Amino acid sequence: MELAQLLNAMPGAVAQGLIWGIMAIGVYITFKVLDVADLTVDGTMCTGGAVCASMLINGHGIWYSMGAALLAGVLAGLMTGIFHVVMGIPAILAGILSQFALYSINLSVIGKANVAVPSRLYPVLVSQKFVKNVAFTKNSIFVVAILTVIIIALLYWFFGTALGCSLRATGSNPNMSRAQGINTKRNIVIGLMISNGLVAFSSALYSQYQGFADINMGRGAIVIGLAAVIIGNVIFSKIFRNFALKLLSVSFGAVIYFMVLQLIMWFGIDTNFLKLLQAIVVALFLAFPYWKKVYLPAIKSMKKRRLIRKHNREVLAARKAEAAAKEA
Amino acid sequence: MLEAIDLHKTFNNGTINEKKALNGLSLKMNEGDFVTVIGGNGAGKSTLLNALSGVWTVDAGNIIIDGLDVTYMPEHKRAKFLGRVFQDPKMGTAGNMGIDENLALAARRGKFRGLSRGISHKEREEYREMLKILDLGLEDRITAKVGLLSGGQRQAITLLMATLKRPKLLLLDEHTAALDPKTASKVLATTNKIVNEHNLTTLMITHNMKDAIVTGNRLIMMNSGQIVLDISGEEKKKLTVDDLLHKFALVSGVEFNNDRALLS
Repeated sequence: MELAQLLNAMPGAVAQGLIWGIMAIGVYITFKVLDVADLTVDGTMCTGGAVCASMLINGHGIWYSMGAALLAGVLAGLMTGIFHVVMGIPAILAGILSQFALYSINLSVIGKANVAVPSRLYPVLVSQKFVKNVAFTKNSIFVVAILTVIIIALLYWFFGTALGCSLRATGSNPNMSRAQGINTKRNIVIGLMISNGLVAFSSALYSQYQGFADINMGRGAIVIGLAAVIIGNVIFSKIFRNFALKLLSVSFGAVIYFMVLQLIMWFGIDTNFLKLLQAIVVALFLAFPYWKKVYLPAIKSMKKRRLIRKHNREVLAARKAEAAAKEA
Repeated sequence: MLEAIDLHKTFNNGTINEKKALNGLSLKMNEGDFVTVIGGNGAGKSTLLNALSGVWTVDAGNIIIDGLDVTYMPEHKRAKFLGRVFQDPKMGTAGNMGIDENLALAARRGKFRGLSRGISHKEREEYREMLKILDLGLEDRITAKVGLLSGGQRQAITLLMATLKRPKLLLLDEHTAALDPKTASKVLATTNKIVNEHNLTTLMITHNMKDAIVTGNRLIMMNSGQIVLDISGEEKKKLTVDDLLHKFALVSGVEFNNDRALLS
């Protein structure tokens, strides 16, 4: 348990956090903007990496591979959208179905359980080897930070357009949206496509970062994505009100999540229990806004409550005494 | 302007809760007509408005707006012709978007929504002028989230949104019912002002019989999914609440059973 060991691991945690931050921004779009809980991402978080790795191995350029990964994610979102909107399946179930179906697709893309894309053989953008002792512009933290800023700028622009505004309205009030002539069904599909495209893009980066794509790399992704969204919201909601800054806070949320995770591992906790711990951390962060609403007023009014109880006791005692006096 | 021909709608068909909400209703409205609708609980008033706005399709009959048959046109496409204000002030606006953004959404009703700006500076200034007409001080808070406003303010904004692009038909579904009396009369006054200014064809459901009598040029009364009374012109001007209750009992054979209407 040396501090140096922890500090040594932190740059890696930041890079990982930033990569997952892009994924979390995708989750934010469905969960917060569209008000749809989309579980497709557990599948898409593997699809992107699988497609990117396979493309790289087949000798395609890095940007083609990343573009193909993004497109695969967009199609996965379209699949969920069709399940939900055309077939009338509730959003959560539609996402689970897509995720289930994507397992087969991912497996057929990779061809086996996992496939390596080592940074020394392929022109990868990021890698865990490029975190320390490399030129600043080659540093994975820098590269992902730039990509994040570009993505946020694009999304900020998009959600300010007439179409983007109608997407936000769809999530905020579907009845009103239809009354204002907005095709809410189509908009939900568009939102799911954008969201899953981002998740797949993040997945493509993640496979490069780890140096391999794995059939299980998306398992539980939604938990991490939600954690980032909620941590970002809980910590930064007071200061970040602008839409672009809200997206940035999601990215920060992911970074904080991975740093905390690193800290937990540094404490030497059995890694078998990692998922359990992650679930507990996320549950606590999810509970935070609710607790604040329900229990904070209760704690604040504790003294007043005690006085009221005392008062009521006295009133009842007085009545009892009065009744006893009457009887006597 | 509007022609509804022999509309039928049954909910929960074939179950013990089967309810014939519209039962062969026909209604013709001329351009510039301002029709008020009253009726007992479950008479089919809101069902009529939902049928016209396309929340679901009717079981039988036709709906014609401005010469076009919209019977099977989906809700969001039909919205091009319609302005709607709902009973619940929360229903008509997007709570976590700004006043300006809500108005900008309404300004694009019936238009293609592409990648052009969602709201321009010029538009925002126009909206500021419009909000001044409402006289609620909203012009100074134009970027405030609508969710922070009171019910009356939200309803006034919804009214503005419904009429921003002049609708062929304005549908008001008890839009003052959820407001306190003072705010309700203010919103109603604004409604009259906007409707008269643009000579809008309007269908207004109300539970307030007095409002129904003094507002508009025509009054219809509904019972069991049908129109049982249709009064307009001079006859309407001379109406009293007692007259209405009496006439209702006469034509329908039952007492008028809208508790809220009787109490108010």
